[in-house]
Formats: sequence, structure tokens, C-alpha cells
Amino acid sequence: MANIITDETIEYVGILAKLELSGEEKEAAKKDMGRMLDYIDKLGELDTTGVEPMSHVFPVQNVFREDEATNGDESEKTLQNAPEEKDNMFVVPKTFE
Amino acid sequence: MEKTELLALSAVELGRAIRNGETTAVEAMEAVLAQVDRTESQYNCYVTLDREDALKRAAEVQKKIETGELTGPLAGVPVAIKDNMCTEGMLTTCSSKILHNFVPTFSSEAVLNLEKAGAVVIGKTNMDEFAMGSTTETSAYGVTRNPRNPEHVPGGSSGGSAAAVAAEECYFALGSDTGGSIRQPASYCGVVGMKPTYGTVSRYGLIAYGSSLDQIGPLTKTVEDCAVVLETIASHDTKDSTSLNREDTDFSSALKKDVQGMRIGIPRDYFGEGLDAEVKDAVLAAADLLKANGAIVEEFDLSLVEYAIPTYYTIAAAEASSNLERFDGIKYGYRAEDAQGLHQMYKKTRSQGFGPEVKRRIMLGSFVLSSGYYDAYYLKALRVKAMIKKAFDQAFEKYDCILGPVSPTTAPKLGESLSDPIKMYLGDIYTISVNLAGLPGISVPCGTDSKGLPIGLQLIGDCFGEKKLIQTAYTFEQLRKEGK
Repeated sequence: MANIITDETIEYVGILAKLELSGEEKEAAKKDMGRMLDYIDKLGELDTTGVEPMSHVFPVQNVFREDEATNGDESEKTLQNAPEEKDNMFVVPKTFE
Repeated sequence: MEKTELLALSAVELGRAIRNGETTAVEAMEAVLAQVDRTESQYNCYVTLDREDALKRAAEVQKKIETGELTGPLAGVPVAIKDNMCTEGMLTTCSSKILHNFVPTFSSEAVLNLEKAGAVVIGKTNMDEFAMGSTTETSAYGVTRNPRNPEHVPGGSSGGSAAAVAAEECYFALGSDTGGSIRQPASYCGVVGMKPTYGTVSRYGLIAYGSSLDQIGPLTKTVEDCAVVLETIASHDTKDSTSLNREDTDFSSALKKDVQGMRIGIPRDYFGEGLDAEVKDAVLAAADLLKANGAIVEEFDLSLVEYAIPTYYTIAAAEASSNLERFDGIKYGYRAEDAQGLHQMYKKTRSQGFGPEVKRRIMLGSFVLSSGYYDAYYLKALRVKAMIKKAFDQAFEKYDCILGPVSPTTAPKLGESLSDPIKMYLGDIYTISVNLAGLPGISVPCGTDSKGLPIGLQLIGDCFGEKKLIQTAYTFEQLRKEGK
């Protein structure tokens, strides 16, 4: 394997991805990611000098519309999906002591 | 009409029988629900199914048909929806634990378009979790089995939709295709599946995986059904900024049995190492049949085929890592119970709520977008994507459509695919570049292998080239039906 993923990298990516992996999952992730990156490195065989990155296949630029509400107040319906709610608000765990 | 006779009808045939008064929307729904009772315990096509509600809505639609309010070809026809499309008031899980209790407050635009046309939703079909997989085995709600042989997978990620159509547990279904997720299960289950040109069907209400690649499309029994369903769900939607304003969406006008002069290119690079000999023979026999009926068929080199998979997994993982950030345990879905503080709650919720394949792709996506690697991986992949698009553009200067296999093999046995992700990803080699280039592609049954498993023929068109695909696929289907 050409790409060796270190413990530090997995920790860092875990922070970015907001995932808490178990010891076993971390080992598997190191192996998987290394293998995937080895495979993705194949793209290095291609000379892409002067090729513009293409994020969208059609030349559709930013599409704007007026910022007008077209639906009514659906907060009650929306809050029915909330894991926890109180007084028409989402309840989250304490962020500050 | 007898129930077995009723179930064998295509969606369009059923719609006609309902309009002619030979049967009703309620009878059709009852027939489908009876079939579900017979076979669902074995196949597990559905995650959610609401019998009473489905019958109630069928009765409402029947009334509107009788009063002349609904006159379209799909009025009264039962449809199954992949569980990554929001349906108002009906559980929508993406086959993930993290959305185990999510009941949307709105419906996706494609579903609304079907409902406006009078189609009746039966329920939500099983899929690979967040559409990440090729077998429907990564679902948090159990595997779906292939109705053609229950020891085998139905394909994925729209495996439940393809299996439900094949098992006659619905008349047609919607799926979504990010790298082959409609075409490959259609091929494995012996049904028709189509991914339209990117932007043809609104993605509003489709739970995003790879936004630049995702498209909704039909899974049907026939090419005629496919054309009719696609023209029903296609619409310009200002709620999806990538939605196109197309005027050429009268796809059923292309249902003509005629391939005289149709220019069909066969990419040599699609017939190399890794392609099963029986699949190859069936696909080439299909090309010969089209040639014998007037199509101009020739081989060519498409190029860059082996770069499509690494390009796709970089882009799809990057977009997934961003799209799936919204699942944080705050506004809907699963929340971990035992967390201290907000940050730990996010981490625990996501770690407990997502399955292994989803975590694998989020990790990879977060890495390729991270500082120091963004240029080397993500931007590089976007540059190769531009090259792949150009290779297709050059091919379509010469051809009306490209013909090849959908998948290198027929459906693998259950439990044989997940252990080696790269091997599983390689199975997507013929479908993935179509998504990268935004092109339409259709899978049509073209034979069976010696184990009796279906083989699919793939036709790929230029952007907005759906009509040529439909015409070619329809011609092939009709010739095959005539035993030619």
C-alpha cells in the first residue's frame, strides 16, 4: 500500500467528519482509506494541465429567485420530527456550562 | 378481470383498463397488496407499506377518474417509491437508522408529479443506506432478495424498487441513480430502468448523496411504461437550481419500432477484461439484432474508461461528506441518548446512526476535501471528469447512441460483495461515467445466463438524447418479444 494512513490522520478526519470511530473501526478505516487512495492515485497517470475542473456538466450558472416564502408556518409539523422540543424550539444538549 | 391477469399488465395497459372500466384503481391496488402478502416475506422489497392509506387513496383516485378529472395514462396505477424520496406523512428512512423515525412534511417534486397524474403510492422501497452500495445489502432494514432467484442480490442501490417491479408487487417504481443505481438493479432483476439527462427530473425532496450526479428515474416492466413515466415526472422546478427547462419531454412520441439508419457505437473498452462471457454474448447478440434491422453498428475506442471509477468515488464521497453533515440529531431522526454536550452528541449520533459503508464514504470525502489534499484529489477528479465528458462528446459526434453491458456480471449471490469495497466498486464501471458526464442511459433486458439470471443491455445517449434511446430500446424490446 502506497498510502499509509496514520492514527493522527484518522483522528483528524474523524473530527472533520464528526464521527467517533471505535478502535476496530479506526483500524479498518485506515486500511480502507489507504487502499482507496492508492486506487484514486491512478488519476495521477493523466496529464490534466490546462483542463478546467468541471463541477457541473451544463453551463448553468447561479440560479437566483426572489427570497419570498411560498409556504406557511409549518413549525408545528416540522417540530414533530424533533428528537426533543420545547416552546416551539429545538432542544439541544448544553453547550456552555 | 382476474387478479393474476391484472398483475401481468404493464402500467400503461393497467391505466387503459381502468379508464375503459374493465377494472378499477381499487381492484388494482388490492391485486398488488395480495401479491405483497404472497411474496414480500421472502423478498423484502419495501421498508414501509401503508395498506389502508393506499386503498383509501386508490378509491379517491377512482372517483376522480369516473368524474373525468383524471384522464392520464397513469391514473389509478400503483407505484412504489425508493425510500430516499420524501413523501409527506409517510416514513422516509433512506434505509438508515439515522432516519428511522423521519416523517417528511412535504413530498418530493417527482412524487407530486406522479400523484397529480393519478398514480397511487403503495409504499417506500428498500435501498442501500443513503444509496451507497450496489446490492441493497447495506440497508439498515435487512437485505432485499432478487425475485428471479432469491439466493442472489437484486442489485442496488434501488434494489427494492427493481425487485418490487420484478415481483409484481407494484406496476412501476421510482429509483435514483448516482453511479448506476437504477440501471444496474434493473439489469439484475430483468426490468427496464432509465436515468435521464441530469436536470430533467427535479431533485427537490430527493435526499442528496452526490448532488452533481443524482437523478431520479423510472423502473418499469416495459420501455413504453418507462417513456410514459419519465414524461410524467420530468418538469422544470425552481426549487431545484440544477433543474433544466426542457421542452422535448414528450418521450412517448419516440415509441417507434424503427432503427433504420440509427448510428450505434460499441466501445471496445467496455468488452475487455472482467466482462463475463455470457453477458458479453447476450449484449453483442442484441447489437447484431439491431444491425440486422437497419442500424449502423460499429466499434470504437471511448478511452478513459478505467479512470471513471476513481473519479466517481472521489467526487461522490466528497459531495456525500458535505450533504450528510445535516444528519446531526438536532432537527429530525435519531439522537444518541448518552451524550455529554453538543459536540459529543453530534459525534455519537452520527457514529451510531450511520452504517459502515456510509461512514467509509464520509471519511474518504472529508479527507479529499481537507486542506492540503483538495487540489491533489478533489480538483484532480473534477479535471478528469471534464476529460471524460469530452470523450463522450467526441463519440456522440459519430453516434446516436452507445451500446454496451450494464454490469460486468449478472447478480452476485447474497453476502459475496461487501467484503471487498474496491471489487464492488469495479462492478459499476459501465454505468458510472454516464453520471459523471450527465448523460441519459437505459437498461433493457436482453437475455439470461445459464443460471437463469437476467442480463441487461445498456444504451447511452448524448445529453437530451432520451428519445433516441427510447426508440432504440423499444425497437429492440419489440424484436425480442417477436422471438427474433
